[in-house]
Amino acid sequence: MASVNRRVLPGFSLTLGYTVFYLSILVLIPITACFFKAASLSFQEFWHAVWTERARAAYLLTFGAAFVAAIVNLFLGLLLAWVLVRYTFPGKKLVDSLVDLPLALPTAVGGLVYSSLYVQKGWLGQYLVPLGIQGAYSRFAIVLVLVFVGLPFVVRTVQPILEDFDPEAEEASASLGGTRWQTFRNIILPTLYPALITGFALAFARGVGEYGSVVFVSGNMPYKTEIAPILIVARLEEFAYGEATAIAVVLLIISFSMLVLINLLERWSMRYEH
Amino acid sequence: MSILIKNVSKTFGNFVALDRVSLEVPDRVLLALLGPSGSGKTTLLRIIAGLEVADSGNVLYQKEDITDQSARDRKVGFVFQHYALFRHMTVAENIGYGLRVRKTPKAKIRQRVGELLKLIRLEGLQARYPGQLSGGQRQRVALARALAAEPRVLLLDEPFGALDAKVRQDLRQWLRRLHEEIHVSSIFVTHDQEEAFEVADRVVVMNEGRIEQIGTPEQVYDHPATPFVYNFLGNVNLFQSRVVNGKARIGSLEMEVPEGTHPEGQAVMYVRPHLLDIEQQATGADHFRARVKHINRTGPLVKIELMTEWGDFVNVEMSQERFRHLGLKSDLEVFVKPREVRVFSATGRA
Repeated sequence: MASVNRRVLPGFSLTLGYTVFYLSILVLIPITACFFKAASLSFQEFWHAVWTERARAAYLLTFGAAFVAAIVNLFLGLLLAWVLVRYTFPGKKLVDSLVDLPLALPTAVGGLVYSSLYVQKGWLGQYLVPLGIQGAYSRFAIVLVLVFVGLPFVVRTVQPILEDFDPEAEEASASLGGTRWQTFRNIILPTLYPALITGFALAFARGVGEYGSVVFVSGNMPYKTEIAPILIVARLEEFAYGEATAIAVVLLIISFSMLVLINLLERWSMRYEH
Repeated sequence: MSILIKNVSKTFGNFVALDRVSLEVPDRVLLALLGPSGSGKTTLLRIIAGLEVADSGNVLYQKEDITDQSARDRKVGFVFQHYALFRHMTVAENIGYGLRVRKTPKAKIRQRVGELLKLIRLEGLQARYPGQLSGGQRQRVALARALAAEPRVLLLDEPFGALDAKVRQDLRQWLRRLHEEIHVSSIFVTHDQEEAFEVADRVVVMNEGRIEQIGTPEQVYDHPATPFVYNFLGNVNLFQSRVVNGKARIGSLEMEVPEGTHPEGQAVMYVRPHLLDIEQQATGADHFRARVKHINRTGPLVKIELMTEWGDFVNVEMSQERFRHLGLKSDLEVFVKPREVRVFSATGRA
């Protein structure tokens, strides 16, 4: 016997093999293909494709709207998780299952519903548009649908942590003289940071990648309400495949570096665990 | 700070946790609430701390009625069984928390934290997180945190329950010495009689939401007030007997019932193992016959198990010298003479 297997559960090499295999097929190979396709352009062509004024506006809108929506979801999700964990009320089960709806619903449906609600003649639009609130065909509309599709993430990451929260820590804070707000701010919130950051990252990533609903609500006006994925589709329709992939590569790089950043932030927030 | 508890009751659904409990805790005393789980001791402690609200009754500190004060305003130090340290804060931040939320100047907090670190002998560990400490260290940090804001009373819920035997022993003695140093009125909850007797000035035995007995460790151990206390303190022989004309009888044994307790009829006799004498010869009627069944000679005392003439098992303890003198062997028939008994009527109290 050359080696002795000391693990309790067998199958490490098998499971790792599968993991690598699927990761390759599902993630690595498509991404590599994307890079190769983009590499067919010269640097000049590449730069020209990805750094136009229209493209820059689209990047800014894509990441900006996703960021704003994720921030909104951060607070909204925390509030929802708090209410669902801390209180009992009639219909709680229903509310709890409604949270997952944006995941199950085709986002195009969400986009259609939002746009028809907020257009000038829609149920809500007829009151909001006269007030100057454009809930359809505007940047605000994009943020609105991204809040919708990203809603479940923060709720679902924070909820279990809040459920496991040790009530004694809260009592300890109170007996030491902490007010409710001090207890929330100093004791409860910091233990939720890792979950909040994870939920934020998921909602943000979802927002960056969202296409189906945004197409319907944004109006897709170049420089104004055109997100980067729509720009890619526009390039594809012009049969400019190389340019389209070039934009995709830029999106990929920005997304990846943001996720790395968020990961670092998450690690920092868990520095007391080891 | 003296604490007065007046007629406090508390129910959880159908479960009566506390039933009209009254208790006075004098200033500077270290008091143990002793009882089995479900006896209401922790509930009482939490009501004193303000973490639980009594259904009825009052809690007073000194002479101030604080029944309606929240935990925040009571200025108590509470130590939780599982420490309840703030995991995301360092040792120093944990200890200083009570001062920080009360808006104490930073320099003052630093100074006080330093003092307390010295007191709990954890200097140099102030930058650690609770997850990096041992159980005993965590418990001491929890104690320092509770003491930081100079509480009026210190309340400890099973403070050593989650620690292993050796650490528990050290911490008990340390708590005793600490109490002598800082002199803050302290109440701690325990189900371990040895712990209560070793640490406390005063012991309160609780059962089913009521107080069974209050006294010094000696009073409680030597003169248990009720059958429950006798049983709970362990190591006692029970004889089902009959009391007729002030004399308790069982088998050939006939004993005067101690003065003032005359439960005529069915009664239970309580005798501690070290208060039973074994003799080879019969003398008088205050003894019974028994047969030696098992002998355990380990430890300072010899523990002997005997079968009585009426078929019960009885435990006797004696010194090694006495054992050698008697020359006891398995299956030997001997006479057992109780030196001191307590008789309670079979249905209730003495």
